[in-house]
Amino acid sequence: MKHYLNTLYVTTQGAYLAKDGECVLVRVEGEDRLRLPIHGLGGIVCFGQVSCSPFLLGHCAENGVGVSFLTERGRFLARVQGPVSGNVLLRREQYRRADDPAASAAAARCLLTGKIANCRAVLLRTARDHEDKVNAGALRGAAERLADCGRRLDPGLPLDVLRGIEGEAGNAYFEVFDHLLTNQKEEFRFSVRSRRPPLDRINCLLSFLYALLAHDVRSALESVGLDPAVGFLHRDRPGRPGLALDLMEEFRPVLADRLALSLVNLGQVQARGFRVEENGAVRMDDDTRKAVLVAYQKRKQEEMRHPFLDEKAPLGLMPYLQALLFARWLRGDLDGYPPFLWR
Amino acid sequence: MYSEDGLLPLSALQHLLFCPRQCALIHVERQWEENRFTAEGRVAHEKVHEAGSETRGGRRIVSGLPLRSLRLGLSGQADVVEFEADGAPFPVEHKRGRAKEEDWDRVQLCAQALCLEEMTGRTVERGALFYGKTRRREDVVFDADLRRRTEETAARLHELVESGRTPPPEPSGRCRNCSLASVCLPGARRSVEPYLRKAFDE
Repeated sequence: MKHYLNTLYVTTQGAYLAKDGECVLVRVEGEDRLRLPIHGLGGIVCFGQVSCSPFLLGHCAENGVGVSFLTERGRFLARVQGPVSGNVLLRREQYRRADDPAASAAAARCLLTGKIANCRAVLLRTARDHEDKVNAGALRGAAERLADCGRRLDPGLPLDVLRGIEGEAGNAYFEVFDHLLTNQKEEFRFSVRSRRPPLDRINCLLSFLYALLAHDVRSALESVGLDPAVGFLHRDRPGRPGLALDLMEEFRPVLADRLALSLVNLGQVQARGFRVEENGAVRMDDDTRKAVLVAYQKRKQEEMRHPFLDEKAPLGLMPYLQALLFARWLRGDLDGYPPFLWR
Repeated sequence: MYSEDGLLPLSALQHLLFCPRQCALIHVERQWEENRFTAEGRVAHEKVHEAGSETRGGRRIVSGLPLRSLRLGLSGQADVVEFEADGAPFPVEHKRGRAKEEDWDRVQLCAQALCLEEMTGRTVERGALFYGKTRRREDVVFDADLRRRTEETAARLHELVESGRTPPPEPSGRCRNCSLASVCLPGARRSVEPYLRKAFDE
């Protein structure tokens, strides 16, 4: 199995990253704080005022380590990578299928199967584990609606019908999302998904986790030679990583939503760790952001059995395996795309 | 005759003989995964490949010599070529492990010999394989059989790369030692529909 590599997240403002032999050196206020061998890294994510020497960037490019720059709050700014890797024939096949409505719909159907099944699994898991603390009936009812949506994803449906089912499933899921909170319910109440900007604490948490997930999925796609911009469910829009967003759908419930909920439910984040601005926009403070990053890294190290490949791997490797399976479908090794189904 | 643009790496012959799918994954899809075996091989070769030459007892020993054959459409580097006092080349290829049943290493060495023949205009009758694990040197004679097999393999390599297609996996015992198993996914089922159907079972 491919080795799971860590991602280095740098959140200390004013930090400077340089190449020191085969290591990444993190320097803060002229003081060497950390030295990490580059060979153990899969990516570097810099938040806010963090700079990198050109030599380090070149070395990262050579070693296939993607470097992303985000704002302090986690909004994506830029990414540095080496020459485009992988196979041009594979990318051409990706474009051909994305241009073909029937092939796009076939991909979208597989992607949505993963998304809806995993949303449903999250609801059922909470209903089972916290029977006494949550409105398990409401969760099971919504899970039933999701299963109904999922079973209607028939082969051959056109993209607009699939999108309609997706919308219905999304409503069913977010309608009961608030029931998944067992702790700090007042402070973290969820009513509706808001993004630009997030208007409550839970949305703020979700948006940040989705940004981390987007980085990982995008890297995974690039490492197998796919173009993250050309999607199937998400159609082309300049600047939008369509395929990365497509592939994220099946991971959101598992890697982001559940993590956000457990951070709140276990009290690992507190309401006072968020600041609400006069206009209602919500942002996290530094300590909260660090706590979220640590929890995310830890979550990615958990081992799990891949349901299609029937092999054990850390959760953090699953986006890579899914990117590989997506490429295998494009190459004709598989007759469809098998999404990651979490149980 | 191939053009310089159409040359493929000499090392791809071994990949093809080991497994056509592995060869396509590396040379068509440009996927490369390093494992312990390939890393050790790389480090060993980095030492050998430091270009240079020395003279010992009338023989000139050249390492890291660039090679190509337009006839076979191959290019690469010889670990070591020993030139006799009369200028006759004698290629020596270093291998990390031990001698194999199969003739993969001999084919690769023979391809080097054919490159040397084309570039120097001299006949290359023999060469040697040096195995790191056993520290044994095996002499190889480039007879008609081995030459034919080498030419055939080169032709098949060009067909595979020009087709742009990756052959389906054929799982076997070799997959265990394959550095690309995690990219190849030899065990992945082909049919996805039953898997999708089960997604909403209890």
